[in-house]
Amino acid sequence: MGPDRPQYILLPVRAGTIAASFVAALLLNFLPWPDLALAPDFVALTLAFWCVRQPRLVGLASAWVLGLLVDAGNGVLLGQHALAYSTLAFCAIALSRRILWFETWGQMLHVLLLLEGTQLVALGVRLAAGAEFPGWSLFAGPLAATALWPAVTWLLLMPQRRPVAIDENRPI
Amino acid sequence: MEHNPPPFFVRGPAPLVRLAFFASLSLALLVLDARFHYADSVRSVLALAAYPLQQVARLPVAAAEGISSYFTSQSQLREENELLRARLLATAQGAQRFEAAAAEASHLRRLIGAAERIERKSMPAEILYSGRDPYSRKVILDRGSQHGVRAGSPVVDEIGVIGQLTRAHAFVSEVTLLTDKDLAVPVQVLRNGLRAIAFGGGASGMLELRYMAANADIENGDQLVTSGIDGTYPPGLPVAGVVRVERDASYTFARVLAQPSAGVERGRYALVLSSEARLPPYPESAADKGPKARKAKRKDADGS
Repeated sequence: MGPDRPQYILLPVRAGTIAASFVAALLLNFLPWPDLALAPDFVALTLAFWCVRQPRLVGLASAWVLGLLVDAGNGVLLGQHALAYSTLAFCAIALSRRILWFETWGQMLHVLLLLEGTQLVALGVRLAAGAEFPGWSLFAGPLAATALWPAVTWLLLMPQRRPVAIDENRPI
Repeated sequence: MEHNPPPFFVRGPAPLVRLAFFASLSLALLVLDARFHYADSVRSVLALAAYPLQQVARLPVAAAEGISSYFTSQSQLREENELLRARLLATAQGAQRFEAAAAEASHLRRLIGAAERIERKSMPAEILYSGRDPYSRKVILDRGSQHGVRAGSPVVDEIGVIGQLTRAHAFVSEVTLLTDKDLAVPVQVLRNGLRAIAFGGGASGMLELRYMAANADIENGDQLVTSGIDGTYPPGLPVAGVVRVERDASYTFARVLAQPSAGVERGRYALVLSSEARLPPYPESAADKGPKARKAKRKDADGS
């Protein structure tokens, strides 16, 4: 959203949109993916998006609860994703003003770093708990998720970009 | 007069404080779960909340499978039918021989006064999907504690052991596969009865026999079956075949790698065996016996 580009004035976001997007992301996460390492983490992506766009509505508390749900659904150590998502939310909120200043490519670069960091936190937790390193393909999932960033931006901002009803009698 | 900032500026605790709070909460949960297993009740509630989402997420895949199986060609079906018929004939012969041998074995066991082996109850289950955790090797079955499966039961397919049921939720359950790094199975070499413990090899998809002496009598091609001395796995189920034995004089133990016999990473159906085993109680050790015996003696002395 640089200074020299046209900007849309978006409608205020509805809480229902955010909740529905998180439910959809959880659904996508629970799809039986053939290769887990390559599958993008949709919940992390959606969380990063809302933390960047609406840092006052979506924060660490929602990130933590989502993380617990993902932990229980995936059957991994309870708290692993909760910790990783809380860190992600914190970094995304801290960077939100900066990220929105960039164009799509610059935003994607930031998001890639955020998501790789999330994966790194989860990796650290598992290594500390005694798991072995599952291979470098682990860092391919965030790449796939970052590639979805423009699509996610387009899709999740759609409800706020609704055309205003044309009013013939409007003064301006 | 007290002066409060307008509500627009009130934003709660600082972000760093919030991060510290949630991070320490997560770490506490992690320690509770990983070290003490206190978080199981929380987990079962959360798993129940995630269950409908998981079921809905599985729908498209199930539908695609249903459609593709509907359009299976007739020739394919006929081929499969013939194959199954041939296999049935072969197994029927084996089963007859097995019945005769089992009768003979139970007769002999009665003769020597050993406890008769109990028949285990088994429950067929479908593998829904593999667990969404790249750090461990698990699959999810469509049977849960509501259907009567219990954590700890061995899980087999038509060839041999594929793993152990480690967590039973209400409607689904998690099976840790043989190749998981944290699963160990007590095995026996079929050829000479040598006992060993097979550990999962992780990403390699192999099993590793640890703590085998460098001069242990084990060779390439040896078949490993469950020994049954742990009371969890019934004895005699095929587990793996030895594929590599490395003996290095500089190490105390030989490095033995084995390939799982059963379709651990493939296949759609599995059989959950009940884990009830009739094991005799542990004998009292000398340390336990000592003070008790002394106490009893003292009591006798007091009484008299």
